[in-house]
Amino acid sequence: MQEITSPPRRPRISGIGRVLVVVYGILALGATGRSFVQVVGKFHEAPIAYSLSAVAAVVYIVATVALIAPGPVWCRVAWITITFELVGVLTVGTLSLTHPDLFAHPSVWSFFGIGYLFIPVVLPVLGMIWLRSRRGLDS
Amino acid sequence: MIQWFSWLQISVAVFAGVSCLALGLLGRKPSDLVLGALALVEVLLLAQLVVAIVAPFVGNPPLGYPLEFYTYLISAILLPPVVGFWALVERTRSSTVIVGVICLAVAVMVFRMNVIWLMPTA
Repeated sequence: MQEITSPPRRPRISGIGRVLVVVYGILALGATGRSFVQVVGKFHEAPIAYSLSAVAAVVYIVATVALIAPGPVWCRVAWITITFELVGVLTVGTLSLTHPDLFAHPSVWSFFGIGYLFIPVVLPVLGMIWLRSRRGLDS
Repeated sequence: MIQWFSWLQISVAVFAGVSCLALGLLGRKPSDLVLGALALVEVLLLAQLVVAIVAPFVGNPPLGYPLEFYTYLISAILLPPVVGFWALVERTRSSTVIVGVICLAVAVMVFRMNVIWLMPTA
């Protein structure tokens, strides 16, 4: 008798990747919460830094979704957002040291993410390693 | 916030977090113990909410920015139920690790809430 079984559904994210997604989710939540407070409560104090905070929050949300959602398009979105994060944290981290008057206000990316235990500077690198390791699985 | 209670809560969350991380890395699926620890973290957060609401009326107002404080508190309260539901649906070792990560995140958030409560707004 021929066995009729559907091929086992391989989850797109498993194991360590799932933990990565959760950490991304926490960072997205943290960045969103903080920028919500900054934009609602004290936007006039540092419009540039707080606008960046809001942009960073949105990018973290998109990156989290892109890591979960299947397909090559989302994979590309994940690459773009994660690259944006890495560039952002390196740029703003440097600027917060050289131009403290503009960027010293707390945001996810100030001082390379010191307020978030430097997770913002480590996470994009881990994300890229993970995306690279699963290249080809989507197509 | 009541200082000793916050520190108790942070200690519990850190202990629960480290334990779940260790269990997860050892390959355990989320057990009753893991979910119980998560539930305890959540109950303490709800108690913290009650404390935060009552404290200002008994002469212990927040020195920091209340909106920021409550953003942290509400976010923290939402985390354990979501991840607990996930752990029930997805009974794998990575769920145990994730429960640990969430407990540690809650510990950091309570620490931040404590700082916000005590530090006067500039």
